[in-house]
Amino acid sequence: MGCRRFISMTSILPVAFDGIAYASWLFLISAGLTLIYGVMRILNVAHGSLYALGAYAACSLAGAWLTAGLPAAGSFAMLLLAAILVGCVVGPLLERGLLQWMYGKDEVVLVLITYAVFLIMEDVIKLVWGVDSLLLPEPYALPGNFSLGGLAYPVYNLLLIAMALVTGLALAWVLYRTRQGKLLLAVIHDREMSMAMGINVSRVYLATFAVGATLAALGGAFTAPTLAVTPGIGVEVIVLAFAVVVIGGLGSLGGAALGALMVGLVRSATVRYWPEAELFSIYAVMAIVLIVRPKGLFAAQEARKI
Amino acid sequence: MRLSSSFGLRAALAAAAMLLAMPASLAQQPIKVGIVTLLSGPAAGPFGVPARNAAELTAEMLNAGTVPAPYTQKGFGGTPIELVIIDEAGGPQKQVAEYRNLVPRVDIVIGYISSGDCLAIAPVAEELRKLTILFDCGTPRIFEDASYKYVFRTGPTGTMDNVSVALYLVDRLPNVKSFAGINQNYAWGQDSWGDFENAMKTLKPGIEMKTSQMPKLFAGQFGAEITTLLGSGAEVIHSSMWGGDLEGLVLQGAPRGLFEKHKVILSAGEPAINRLGARIPDGTILGARGPFGPFAPDTELARWLKTSYQDRYQVPPNYASFKMAQAILGVKAAYEKAKGSGNDAPDQDKIIAALENLTFEGPGGTVKMALGKGHQAIMDAAVGTTKVEGGQLKIVDVVRYPADKVNPPDGIKSEAWIKSGLKK
Repeated sequence: MGCRRFISMTSILPVAFDGIAYASWLFLISAGLTLIYGVMRILNVAHGSLYALGAYAACSLAGAWLTAGLPAAGSFAMLLLAAILVGCVVGPLLERGLLQWMYGKDEVVLVLITYAVFLIMEDVIKLVWGVDSLLLPEPYALPGNFSLGGLAYPVYNLLLIAMALVTGLALAWVLYRTRQGKLLLAVIHDREMSMAMGINVSRVYLATFAVGATLAALGGAFTAPTLAVTPGIGVEVIVLAFAVVVIGGLGSLGGAALGALMVGLVRSATVRYWPEAELFSIYAVMAIVLIVRPKGLFAAQEARKI
Repeated sequence: MRLSSSFGLRAALAAAAMLLAMPASLAQQPIKVGIVTLLSGPAAGPFGVPARNAAELTAEMLNAGTVPAPYTQKGFGGTPIELVIIDEAGGPQKQVAEYRNLVPRVDIVIGYISSGDCLAIAPVAEELRKLTILFDCGTPRIFEDASYKYVFRTGPTGTMDNVSVALYLVDRLPNVKSFAGINQNYAWGQDSWGDFENAMKTLKPGIEMKTSQMPKLFAGQFGAEITTLLGSGAEVIHSSMWGGDLEGLVLQGAPRGLFEKHKVILSAGEPAINRLGARIPDGTILGARGPFGPFAPDTELARWLKTSYQDRYQVPPNYASFKMAQAILGVKAAYEKAKGSGNDAPDQDKIIAALENLTFEGPGGTVKMALGKGHQAIMDAAVGTTKVEGGQLKIVDVVRYPADKVNPPDGIKSEAWIKSGLKK
């Protein structure tokens, strides 16, 4: 009853914007997760800690930049640098140091292994950065606000949306338009056949994991200015990202995008019109999608192996 | 060869020395106090570690006899105390197992920040017959839904926080017509919101509740929630959030004008002062779960905790630190009352009898074990408003509410008491 008064054109616009902003954030994290699963068949629980590492590294780098009194706009470059550093150092370290010995094992075993990595990294983060929250609010407040339906919104959200768009389009372009991408698609389709054709699968795996890790860290680094970076932020994220990836279909980039958009819009509409159900809404979407399409919206057809 | 023989000689000497020292060390057997507090996870920073720091500081200074009156006697009644600290992380099920392991190793347990852990531990404490002091958790249900012999809580319940901020608000905005809330979706957030909502409806019949936002605990991002609050037209926004969620709400809400367009109440906002400082906007109503931190009365005990904590950890003690120190001092008071002028250590039943209905002084002021048949503390409440002056956050317009005005009488449940008009 009381809800009806809220529903009007002026309220649909903010709901849509909040939903899209949230979806962009979800997509940044889910894209890497689904890419790694698609290529390597690893459901990477440690994706959450790569996200957290990205956020912590961003706080340290951008924090140091700002404390040094350098121009505040440069802190955005520091966020990017933090993500690339984490992705290109920790990603390959994990893949070469641990995961490469585990390929071919059951998917469940790999989930357990990456879960162990996740737990170890949580403690490493605590050892390095301590338990107090880190704050990096400057980049968030720097671009100012804009008005939509009479309400103030941070311009930073537009930046996140743009970044998700650019990332998604760039990934799609690399996958479908470049030689490297086509090799990757071949590996996704049939690993053994690709090896027989002379593709260096081991190198493809390394590159994929590094890119996936960078995407996770990118999500973390650009989320850091919007919240308090605390121990455990990776846990929240990995559960949400799993939901998105499962809705879209494991391994599908387009699926992750659509899944993120659905979850984002449903969540923001629930928050507005039925706040008590917020917790439940995301999983309701997941349940409904899985009832209709048990493998998610865009799950790739598995090639039948004899 | 030489090395090993000298090692053997030293080992033998050490063993002999230990044997010789035995009787002396038996006489000096310390009282072992188990301390359970969150050392990992999102609540470690704002509560768990400040509480552990306060426990270590208090124990050390008690053993040295450097805590001010009435706690000048060393240790507990002259016997030194030794802490056994364990991590509260992992949820109630894990904590019950940890508690069962801890009990044989210690004489007293002091701990628990999470209400979920407190509710799970209390019946187990009763089963194992171990004196257990809950120092921080807020749910009033512990002594309202059950009664215990071995369990005490030396900190006030969450009811007082929300009743006192409601009284404070209505004093300042007597014509308030609408309110809204954003609270974490679990026991603490729901209970706090329930108490606040009922108190507002009791104090201002006919007031309109615009929206109650209940984001997931540790969600950290509240874009859509803030949009809804901004568009709700509510005059007042209540939040009992803590830790990273509270910091996120301030960081995301302040730039969007949430604190300018609405009167915002942060009922458990005090620990965020040390983290956010002047980022908490002017005019925010702030609580500290009792007269703790900047709300502490100006007593020698409060000054002792503030100065020695600041010297050692380079930050001021927050309410979790105050409540931990208060719990240890409360047990000390009961122990020494039970021991009296005798030389023998009092047994557990005597300490329990002494702690029941005890009134003692803590760094936050007078603590009365007045509810739950003498097992639940009440204290005065204090509420204030933030003001940024020269880049520094100050708390101004502080109002104290006497303990019996913001707590129900013994035997009456908080919810019923609030709904029936907050009568004494």
